[in-house]
Amino acid sequence: MADAAITVEGAHKKYGDTLALSGLDLLVARGTVHGVLGPNGAGKTTLVRILSTLLRPDGGRVEVAGHDVLTEAREVRLRIGLLGQHAALDEELSGRQNLEMFGRLHHLGARHARVRADELLDRFGLADTGRKAARHYSGGMRRRLDLAASLVTDPEVLFLDEPTTGLDPRGRTEVWTAVRSLVGGGTTVLLTTQYLEEADQLADRVSVVDRGRVVADGTPDELKAATGGDRIDVVLRDAGQLGAAVALLPVPAEGVSVDPDRRLLSAQVTDRMAALSGVVRALEAAGIEAEDIALRRPTLDEVFLDLTGGDERAKEAV
Amino acid sequence: MTTYETYRATGGPGTRALADCWTMTRRELAHWARQPVQVLVGLVFPVMLLLMFGYLVGGGRGVAGDYVDFLVPGMLVLTMAFGLEGTMLAVTQDLNKGVIDRFRSMPMANGAVLVGRSAADMLQSALGLAVMLAVGYAIGWRAHGGVEALLGAVGLLLLFRFAMLWIGIHLAMVAGKPELVQAVQILVWPVGFLSNAFAVPESMPGWLGTAVQWNPMSQTATAVRDLFGNPGGEPGHLWAAVAWPLALLAVFFPLAVRRFGRLSR
Repeated sequence: MADAAITVEGAHKKYGDTLALSGLDLLVARGTVHGVLGPNGAGKTTLVRILSTLLRPDGGRVEVAGHDVLTEAREVRLRIGLLGQHAALDEELSGRQNLEMFGRLHHLGARHARVRADELLDRFGLADTGRKAARHYSGGMRRRLDLAASLVTDPEVLFLDEPTTGLDPRGRTEVWTAVRSLVGGGTTVLLTTQYLEEADQLADRVSVVDRGRVVADGTPDELKAATGGDRIDVVLRDAGQLGAAVALLPVPAEGVSVDPDRRLLSAQVTDRMAALSGVVRALEAAGIEAEDIALRRPTLDEVFLDLTGGDERAKEAV
Repeated sequence: MTTYETYRATGGPGTRALADCWTMTRRELAHWARQPVQVLVGLVFPVMLLLMFGYLVGGGRGVAGDYVDFLVPGMLVLTMAFGLEGTMLAVTQDLNKGVIDRFRSMPMANGAVLVGRSAADMLQSALGLAVMLAVGYAIGWRAHGGVEALLGAVGLLLLFRFAMLWIGIHLAMVAGKPELVQAVQILVWPVGFLSNAFAVPESMPGWLGTAVQWNPMSQTATAVRDLFGNPGGEPGHLWAAVAWPLALLAVFFPLAVRRFGRLSR
């Protein structure tokens, strides 16, 4: 792809005996937000560290903003911003001191580094933090400062490695808002996450990664459509009738997930409307009262578990 | 909002590298400004050692002449040598911080982080030397060799500190974890005392005396004592007091910078 911001072909990385990446391929178009979704240990962080020149791949071709991460590391570093899993800040210094320092290290010059620090502090709502050291910031504030630090140069490509892990819902919303404000400015964003909701909210395209390789790739909607199709959810008034109701759904009983706590039955269906009217009629005929019946797309959770497989499937009852 | 393209200063790689080193030095100085007590403790500790050896332990084995005149240069060298611990601890702590990842993902000069550390440590050492010399003067130590010799001696001491500093940086990167630093902190003591800082080698068993005489620390101490005109000084050790630190630097400086560039890659 000529306008690819990130090209990864057959990337390998081994730590001792552990294969962190085993032939990972990835193509990210300029100006898009790309989600990399995977469980712990899937290789997400290894991928980000290789893309941001912190780690050398053992094999494969890796290009960021048109430059090879191995042979043109400096060219790559001029064009990227990195928000790692752990705050990459000098926590003894204030927000302003941090941003000025990073500006100077990007060779903006003393005066412009100061101007830029002011802009960023304003933009991320940190203008009134004064001389307070970053280690006294709240989790959300520190994350915003970290994000500001990775934007000192308006990078072409921005890496966000699990940007909201460990944040409370408010901090998470703050970071999401900040990320959304970047998009449209032409920045390409690669975002890794374990939170499916996060990928769904922010990403144009998603690559699902498992055991060091991409197992599925597409828009969130495509991924949902590709695996599973639509689902019907039925909430009964009486949990005691769940067993009887399972037989009435237009799928084999083993395909129905049952959540007794929520008095919920859920099953995958092929023909949406036929399934809906069929279930309504069958419940009526059997004298089973339903509180709610709904057709819906599968959640990314379901897609994710479907693709990465494993014993987690039991939890699928959503 | 102005984009950074309009800001970005031009300049050769050399200018940029110098600017990076200065930025990293400023970072260390900003840390000082936030922890003045820690800096003060760093300056007071060697003074405590000096007073302890001067008044409590005292004596000195086989020293001909005034013991304070013998002790002060020895303590100066010991302080320079023990600076290795502080450097090592600071580097190890720094390397385990997330901010190093940001530095390494930025287009900055490879060794700037380390150079910043070494510049700040050298400044602290120079201050420490000044304090020690003042306290030494107060307890009766005198330099008898004139201003030029005094400055020469200070230069030798700082050169020795500079070599120790880069050994400390390299060891910190090899050790990696702060826990391993403790082992080195303990080992520094016997190495420090296996020198002529407190006693003359002639007073020791033969093989030990030989080892002590070969210790680079002893070379610097002997040369410094000579320049100060203090007991225990001998002419002819100047070349060794210059060559040893330079040789150590020639080995450990490139090793350290190289290792930093390849950290976890």
